[in-house]
Amino acid sequence: MIRYLLPASVFMSLVVFLAIGLHRDPTLVPSPLIGKPAPDFRLPHLQEPTRMLTKSDLKGKVSLINVWATWCGACYQEHPVLLALARSRQVSIYGLNWKDQRVPAMKWLEDYGNPYTAVAFDKSGKVGIDWGVYGAPETFVVDRYGIIRYKYIGPLTVDILKQTILPLVDRLRDG
Amino acid sequence: MPLVIQSAPMAPALANRYHALLEELRCLVCQNESLAESNAALATDLRAEIRGMMKRGASNEQIINFLVVRYGDFILYRPPFKPITYLLWLAPFVLAATGLTVLLYKIGQRARREERPLSAQEQNQLRKLLCDGNKD
Repeated sequence: MIRYLLPASVFMSLVVFLAIGLHRDPTLVPSPLIGKPAPDFRLPHLQEPTRMLTKSDLKGKVSLINVWATWCGACYQEHPVLLALARSRQVSIYGLNWKDQRVPAMKWLEDYGNPYTAVAFDKSGKVGIDWGVYGAPETFVVDRYGIIRYKYIGPLTVDILKQTILPLVDRLRDG
Repeated sequence: MPLVIQSAPMAPALANRYHALLEELRCLVCQNESLAESNAALATDLRAEIRGMMKRGASNEQIINFLVVRYGDFILYRPPFKPITYLLWLAPFVLAATGLTVLLYKIGQRARREERPLSAQEQNQLRKLLCDGNKD
C-alpha cells in the first residue's frame, strides 16, 4: 500500500504548491520597508516650488502617501476613489508626483480635482527610489511615528479601502 | 530642444564591474530582464544611480545593499542563503541524496535476492519447466 500512497502524496503536495504559485501575482513585489521608518525626503511642493515638503510634515498623524503621475493610466482610474476618500475626511492623503512634469500635473489636479493635503514634486524619481517605488500608482500607509505600515501596489479601489486600508488607519489612530 | 549632457565615460575596469553587476540585478518592471537589458524608465534611473555610486567609490556590496533595502531580495537574481531560502537552496541536494539512497537500497535488495540459492522445490519446478519446454 505504502508504495502507492507515498508517491501519490508527494505528487499531490507538488500539485498544491504549484497551484498556489500559479495564483500569486509575480508583479506584486513585497516591500522590505514595511515596519521600518519612512525614508527621509525633502521635495518642493508641486504648486509652490519654493516651499519644501519633508518627512516631518507627516509626523503626528496617520497618513496615506500616494505615488502618481499624469503619464500613469491607472492613476486616472484610481483618482475618483482618492477624491471620495478625501471628501470623507478619514485620513490625510499626501501625493508624491513621481517622474512627472509640473505644469501637466497641476493641470490634472485642476481638471479632475485635488484629493491631496499636499503634493511633493519628485521630478528625478530619486525619492521614489528611496521609497522602493517601481510603478505608479502605489500607496503607503504611514503611522503617526513615521513608520510605514502598509503598501498597496496598483490602483486603489473602494473595496481595498473598506476592507484593508481604513480598518488599518483606525487601528493605527487608536493604537 | 532640451540640452542633453552626456556623463563622462567610466574607466574600463569600473565599466566592466558596472556591466557585470547589472547582469546580476533584476528589473522590477520587466521582471524577466536584468537591469542591463531593461528599457524601463525605472531601470534607466537605477542604472544612473548605480553609476553615480560607483564613481563615488561604492563597493558592489554597498550598491547591492542600497538596492535590497529599498526593493528587497527580489532585485537579486541570485537570492542570498538565509533561513527563508534554506529550502530553496538545499532542496535539490536533499532530493538528490534521497533518490540516490532509495536507488542504492533497491539495487542492494535485488542483489541479495539474486544471491539466494534455489530451494529443492524450486529446483524441481525449474527442471519440470525446462523438460516441458524440450517436448515442444
